[in-house]
Amino acid sequence: MSSDSKKPTPKPAAKKPQEKPVEIPAFEKGISDKIVEKFGDKIEVAFVKKDRVRINVSKENVHDVAEFIRDGLNYDHVESVSGVDYPQDKEIEVVYHIGSYSDSSLERQILILSTRAQREENPIPGNDATKLPSLRDIFYSVEFHEREVFEMLGVYFEGHPDNRRLLLPEDWADLPPLRKDFAIKGR
Amino acid sequence: MTAELPPGLALQKVDERIMTLNVGPQHPGSGHMRIVVQIDGDYIVACDPDPGYVHRGEEKMAEYRNYITNIPHLERPVIHDSCNVLYPYVLGVEELLGIEVPERAKYVRVIASELNRCIYIMYWLAIYGIFLGHSTMFMWPAGDRELLIDLMEKMTGARVTHAHFVPGGVRNDLPPNFEDVCLRQVNYFEKRIKEYAAVFYDNPILISRTRDTGILSRQDAIRLGTTGSVLRASGVDYDLRKKEPYDVYDELDIHTNVMKEGDSYARSRIPWLDMIESCKIIKQALQKMPKSGSVRVKLKPNPKGKNETVYKRVESGRGSLGCYVVSDSKPEPYRVKLSVPSFRNLIALPYLLKGEKLGNMPSVYWSLNYWPVEADR
Repeated sequence: MSSDSKKPTPKPAAKKPQEKPVEIPAFEKGISDKIVEKFGDKIEVAFVKKDRVRINVSKENVHDVAEFIRDGLNYDHVESVSGVDYPQDKEIEVVYHIGSYSDSSLERQILILSTRAQREENPIPGNDATKLPSLRDIFYSVEFHEREVFEMLGVYFEGHPDNRRLLLPEDWADLPPLRKDFAIKGR
Repeated sequence: MTAELPPGLALQKVDERIMTLNVGPQHPGSGHMRIVVQIDGDYIVACDPDPGYVHRGEEKMAEYRNYITNIPHLERPVIHDSCNVLYPYVLGVEELLGIEVPERAKYVRVIASELNRCIYIMYWLAIYGIFLGHSTMFMWPAGDRELLIDLMEKMTGARVTHAHFVPGGVRNDLPPNFEDVCLRQVNYFEKRIKEYAAVFYDNPILISRTRDTGILSRQDAIRLGTTGSVLRASGVDYDLRKKEPYDVYDELDIHTNVMKEGDSYARSRIPWLDMIESCKIIKQALQKMPKSGSVRVKLKPNPKGKNETVYKRVESGRGSLGCYVVSDSKPEPYRVKLSVPSFRNLIALPYLLKGEKLGNMPSVYWSLNYWPVEADR
């Protein structure tokens, strides 16, 4: 520290970082353009970043869009299916991260397909309105992931052949644990 | 009767010919999970993996802790590979907080993550050996991995759960003289693991037990979304260190090991080849690493993330490991999802076991490079 350290030194970092013009990568833009071209306003492009394209779809169209992603864009497997609970919107979001092994130009890319299901205040998993069409007939790899989302958030996947519990005990009778209203003890 | 059952429960008819057998969760050969196999005589007709016995709710816990205090518990799914499990989360948080990592820290991370990969694979190899009845292959890796654990202890202060990666770099700088010790140990280690070929991989008994069992074709490996050694043993050249390089992997020369057979033997050989490759990567990284410089960016207390989502992935000891972080501008993440390779590879198990002999179950199951605790999270 220098001798005049008592003086509040002007912070050099206080300058606002220069706002870089947001450049949209061309290849990723091409992917999102293809989907927009096919589906128009049925979908919403949330963002286009380096290696990541995110598409928001309503649950009525998610099956068709996923089919196009597989057949028209050469994506071939789902890496992860995440459920995110939004109690204030009364919705549960299900996010598919889709990648490709067989198309070498898509190896770095992850296409993020997100859809939302209605959220019930008092859930009866499987017997309430929290339902989404299953993508298992399109991407076989979602099988266990969708089972996990069903038990953890109570989103029932219609058309999934096997909606049994996977990680939770068979006799779990509480709320689906990844909902926001399931609180951890002591917190 | 069946109409009244809630979704998720099912009644099953008992067959006279088919016997249902529970393997695990107490059986040591299944790890912390249960495999329900249906056998006809000696042949498996159906298999239903039932994980979840070590589910600890890591993802739920992560919503209650801030970005920094999440570090120690998020590495628990695979304590032997703790640096790699933490890696995608740390990369994701760095993007959310907008931090640039110092150059030296990136190299330290690469070295730590490659050492951890070897430590994990050695542990897995020990288990694979003992369940094939090859106790030398249990003793040797269990002993030799101590070399690398000592190195990690020097580097991080802990033998297994290091909690070494933090957003903004690594926790501590390398101790003095670490580079020389590391180079010496890794050189010895590389020479030593090549000896495993003579006792294990070229052993006719191992070959006869694992060749042509549990074959996963290239199309099925892709369709099922498998990853890591399972995918590369089926002939798909896919390694994230090369395909989507993170930190300084793009400056290192990396060779991806691929085999075309897709059987248990290929799946067990790929991790061993990966270890030899890891040794080469460590030596390159030691050479290219800046000799001095900071290893950590100082963070504000309780940093808040941007209101964004981020998905990062790295190549762990078992395959591609992804982390999806949803932030809502609070000190705690809104949601953390770990997409773990063990969970993704598990889907292949019912495929591979169908039509196999029951005696081949351990060799097929453990060849998936599966870690039950990681799949359960």
